[in-house]
Amino acid sequence: MAPDSLTLRKLKERFPGSVLAVHSYRGDDTAVVKGEDLVSVARFLKEDPELQYNFLMDLTAVDYLGQEPFDSPQRVVLGSAQEGIRFEVVYHFYSLPLNQRVRIKVPVPESDPTVDSVTGLWAGANWFEREVWDMFGIRFKGHPDLRRILLYDGFEGHPLQKDYPLRKRQPRIGPQV
Amino acid sequence: MMDTQAEVGRTHDETMTLRMGPAHPAMHGIIQIDLRLEGEVVVRADVEIGYLHRAFEKHCENVSYNKCFPWTDRLNYVSPLINNFGYAMAVEKLLGIEVTERCKYIRTIMSEISRITDHMTNIGTSAMELGAMSVFLYLMKAREYLWELIEAVTGARVTICYGRVGGVKADFPDGLKEQTRGALRECRSVLREIHSLLTKNRIFMDRMVNVGVISQEDAISYGITGPFLRSTGVPYDVRKAQPYMVYDRLDWDVPLGSNGENYDRYLVRMEEMEQSMRIIEQALEQMPPGPYQVDIEGKPLEPPEMVDLGKLGKTRELLGVKLDLSPNLRGMDRPHHQLVNVPDKKVVLPPKELTYGNIEGLMQHFKLVMDEHGIRPPRGEAYQAVEGGNGELGFYVVSDGTDIPYRVRCRPPCFPIMAALPRMLEGGMVADIVPTFGSVNMIGGELDR
Amino acid sequence: MAVKATVTFGNQFFTSRLEKVVGWARKYSIFQYPFVTACCGMEYMAVAAGHYDMDRFGAGLPRFSPRQSDVLFVVGTISHKIAPVLKTTYDQMCEPKWVVAFGVCTCTGGFYDDYATVMGIDTIIPVHLYIPGCPPRPETVLDGLIKLQERIQNERQELFHGS
Repeated sequence: MAPDSLTLRKLKERFPGSVLAVHSYRGDDTAVVKGEDLVSVARFLKEDPELQYNFLMDLTAVDYLGQEPFDSPQRVVLGSAQEGIRFEVVYHFYSLPLNQRVRIKVPVPESDPTVDSVTGLWAGANWFEREVWDMFGIRFKGHPDLRRILLYDGFEGHPLQKDYPLRKRQPRIGPQV
Repeated sequence: MMDTQAEVGRTHDETMTLRMGPAHPAMHGIIQIDLRLEGEVVVRADVEIGYLHRAFEKHCENVSYNKCFPWTDRLNYVSPLINNFGYAMAVEKLLGIEVTERCKYIRTIMSEISRITDHMTNIGTSAMELGAMSVFLYLMKAREYLWELIEAVTGARVTICYGRVGGVKADFPDGLKEQTRGALRECRSVLREIHSLLTKNRIFMDRMVNVGVISQEDAISYGITGPFLRSTGVPYDVRKAQPYMVYDRLDWDVPLGSNGENYDRYLVRMEEMEQSMRIIEQALEQMPPGPYQVDIEGKPLEPPEMVDLGKLGKTRELLGVKLDLSPNLRGMDRPHHQLVNVPDKKVVLPPKELTYGNIEGLMQHFKLVMDEHGIRPPRGEAYQAVEGGNGELGFYVVSDGTDIPYRVRCRPPCFPIMAALPRMLEGGMVADIVPTFGSVNMIGGELDR
Repeated sequence: MAVKATVTFGNQFFTSRLEKVVGWARKYSIFQYPFVTACCGMEYMAVAAGHYDMDRFGAGLPRFSPRQSDVLFVVGTISHKIAPVLKTTYDQMCEPKWVVAFGVCTCTGGFYDDYATVMGIDTIIPVHLYIPGCPPRPETVLDGLIKLQERIQNERQELFHGS
């Protein structure tokens, strides 16, 4: 087992109860954190002088319908998430001054797919979170304007959920297939 | 300038709503901007995207790893090669393999050619929207020379599908070095013309200087990367910060702007094309002769190894038979294949002689292309970033251990820039929307996926 | 803009002659409306620019207003989100008008067989010419353009309002 990077070490020290798992599979530092602590973790990553993750590079989600979230054979489990986890919201942060990356993942239960919004920390989170809402149906608490972005009003369902069929069309005009 | 604008605004008491797009003459690409106008001043802008959403990520969850490549071509269709290699590198990272030296050089060279075509298209179309039609025509002419190169290597002009997990489709054809030098010479002379037409052009500068300004802090907060970020003076380029392929072995510079305005972005793009040409020239010189695909352990792939040594003599004799491949398959024969592919039977399709010439090759091919066989990365996830035409192009791939990716996420570089577009438009004039939107280089395929 | 003759001729002979002349004029003065959405736009640019030069066939001037154009070039994938816009654009064009489906996505939906894409624009608006290819090469486009010209020449010219 390779020693943890500075980022993961600091995260575990600072948020002992909320880091649920860590791994550095293929060189990508990853931490799974509890949803309720996401904003404080993100703020810590952004503002800590030794980390300075000032870029929110990417924000997306993965739908693990009917399975346990899997990410790496090297996963070190530190705590257990609640039951009924279906999604994971995935954040990729980049630190421009220190040239390093980290991936933060937040498990989201199917019964209440809600995550706190990080729009207060990064303006770019606004559209990314709208996209995740549009594609996965995950709500972001505190988002200023959570509406569909890629699809149109009147579209029912969220197409990147695993149970949405690839070819289920909802045309606005023309033949209703 | 701003004072007169404010005065114009004050003479009108009410605001007007104007919907610009989705099919608007001065906007290449389909977006809609909902504008609140006070006179000619933009008070509020709201951007509506998604008109080219065609389910890239959903498609990738339904086909095997190599079959995703055609879709990646059509993400940023102005520089499809970079998308190809970005996705290939993400899957290779997941598999833990490294491609051969020659393949790295091929990928570098092709990426940079693609980057030049990207910047050319961007400058050409946005100059055309400002009325400089001849610039557009000249740049399309220059782009044609580069497309001829791309066609010579990949066999297609736009949607090339050249990347493969563990290598590339085929090696360079003979004589490409000379052809490239010729094309670059033509490009340089066109770019000199463009410089003399645009760079000090009064009209062009009036429309570009101090228009569409964004600050460093805002750019970082929005997650903007690429030429756009560099025009604000932040020296972030994935090729320098976290070098991949062979960028760290070559001598090139990252051009920087200072004001984050349209004109700076134009200058940064112009200079980047020159730097890309330097990269191509050096890479062509340094490029080793040799193979391009690798195997699952990352070793260069020797085709004879692919046939088990314990086989009967007859198979070996078959191996030695030199097949006359059709011109379509040039560069995919054994000597070339070894140079550009990893020697991994579980990742890379065999050279064409083996596919057509003996049963092991055929079986190997079969095992890779059939559903439920194919490449099977171990369970896990990987994020790989490359520098696309518009900035950091990231691929986040999750594997569940089967031959079909569980999730492929593309981090589109122009998505954050479009998110920041209202910030750049508000307070400006309606006419400024056109150059600012032009400098964003919005690519529908990548923005909406 | 296409020639719109308003002169009335009673004689059959003159009408057929006039039809030929009008057809000739129309086919060499195609003002196209490029409805560019996606990748095919790259090849459309290449065809419009100097190397392949659509202007040789009288189709050099794109008009970005549907009311000023005769031929609607639908270039690139049409998603369900943009489909009503395409329909509106088509409805705004004056007669006589033709529609060219440029690229396989507009012909049949291509390999974007999914929840977001319209499977061929002929489910929404009439199409007169299909140019397949993903994207079609410039030569294919020029070939298609010449075929469209033949069609324009040979079809019955609507010379009179309501005829």
